[in-house]
Amino acid sequence: MYEIRLHSRGGQGGVTAAKLMALAAFRDGKYATAAPFYGAERRGAPIVSFIRIDDQPIKIYSQIHQPDLVVVLDPSIIDLVNVFDGLKPDGKVFINAPAVPKAAMGYRTYCVDLTEIALRTNLVVAGSPILNTPVIGALAKMGLFSRESVRSAITEMFADERNLNAAMMAYEELVV
Amino acid sequence: MLTISTGNNAVAAAVREAKPAVVAAYPITPQTEIVEQIANFVTNGSMKASYIPVESEHSAMAACIGASITGVRTFTATSSHGLLYMHEMVNWAAGARLPIVMANVNRALGPGWNVWAEHTDSLQARDTGWLQVYVATVQEAYDATLMAFRIAEDRRVYLPVMVNLDGFTLSHITQQLEEVSAGDFIPPLVLDHKIDTDHPGGYGCMTSSVDYVGIRYDIERSMRDSVEVIRETEAEFAKRFGRSYSWTDNYRCDDAEVLILSMGTLGKEAEVAIDILRNAGIKAGSMRVRWIRPFPELDLGNRELVVIDRNYSFGFGGILAGSIRAKTGKECYNVIAGLGGQEVTYHDIAAFVRNRKIGTEEWFGVEA
Repeated sequence: MYEIRLHSRGGQGGVTAAKLMALAAFRDGKYATAAPFYGAERRGAPIVSFIRIDDQPIKIYSQIHQPDLVVVLDPSIIDLVNVFDGLKPDGKVFINAPAVPKAAMGYRTYCVDLTEIALRTNLVVAGSPILNTPVIGALAKMGLFSRESVRSAITEMFADERNLNAAMMAYEELVV
Repeated sequence: MLTISTGNNAVAAAVREAKPAVVAAYPITPQTEIVEQIANFVTNGSMKASYIPVESEHSAMAACIGASITGVRTFTATSSHGLLYMHEMVNWAAGARLPIVMANVNRALGPGWNVWAEHTDSLQARDTGWLQVYVATVQEAYDATLMAFRIAEDRRVYLPVMVNLDGFTLSHITQQLEEVSAGDFIPPLVLDHKIDTDHPGGYGCMTSSVDYVGIRYDIERSMRDSVEVIRETEAEFAKRFGRSYSWTDNYRCDDAEVLILSMGTLGKEAEVAIDILRNAGIKAGSMRVRWIRPFPELDLGNRELVVIDRNYSFGFGGILAGSIRAKTGKECYNVIAGLGGQEVTYHDIAAFVRNRKIGTEEWFGVEA
């Protein structure tokens, strides 16, 4: 089982990103669950979602305490929450940032500036850059999903092709 | 069609497939997505129902009763305080023998204000005459909702059915879902005692005890007859759609020496605990109780029992444990766990089994 903990802020699209990840894994022929952890949070507050991917049906509903991968959509959360808590020794980190933040050095960290990609592709809704579709492209580059499944997952959920464009751009730009 | 869905959207999809004529509902966390999605279906024309956005849960059930008694299929959904607020009408629906289907998204009761999973809300309605089933996966939420209509509307039953799913834990999780074409799996509703809308008359008039006793016994008779209807419906569902359900969801029970009994998603998490215990040489099995009303015959043998209750009856104990004691005469180790959405992991559940003290009750996470 591969376990992912996704950190974002309320309103940033973390919940949708988690669903997209489950859908992409599902299109890869895997079992997947995406469970947003709903606390008393409001727009802007740090929130967390849990994604599990496996070859077998997934029976676990509790939180992920020892993730294989930590995904951070908003690097400013790193100052507020220990996003690396419980990360497996061989675990990986993905951060939406132009360069690896100081706090993430010492982990196997991957970075792409998803915010810049969203702005560049005009993937902006109500003044906010959309991160949930580009992040799936970046994670595909890290080997989580096939590019084809990312394509079908995004087009299934979003008619607007800017989403797919941004995801493919993130795929191209992530250096692994 | 294979896709992914949340538990809430799976319920809404099943309702669309069952084609009710009337949906009356009031939104409440964490049920809101169900009624929003149904409202979307009605708006975009993929569902032909009359959608009545009422001003309260009491009115939601009252509207369902008013519609159902004319002989049409009805659905509503609620949660927690919403279910409590409609309690008078919940009783009325069963007493009037109306095959209403309701999804209840299990949520704790305030105060303190808490929107997370717990079963005390629906278990407080266990004596109303509603059939109650508890589900543990997105697929099961869909399947149980479809089956609920067929069971409720069977002439031998004519009682409402409540499908219960854990708030957030199941209502908001995304898993895979296979939707089906119900076809004639749910036959057209024929309600023998529907009112004649062309000649309206009084209903629910003052009833003497002579008639009242008979009416109440008739509810119990139908509840007992529903056992066979549920069995038939689940068998027919398995034949048509390939997924089997029963009174309990059993995992590695056959040679088990200790059984975990639980309800809802904890029962799935328990299966992971069973694998851990088995690997450590402990012969454990999991029996997830699906139907609470009618309460199933449980084949418990001589095994030790660990009963997890995500609910509580103050001054008495865990409701599942109490029911098992009453029905089987067997003692158990009763763990009260998961109240108000308290996290209970498979490691915790394995520890319940390892540390069991038969004949005692323990509150997980509380220093007694």
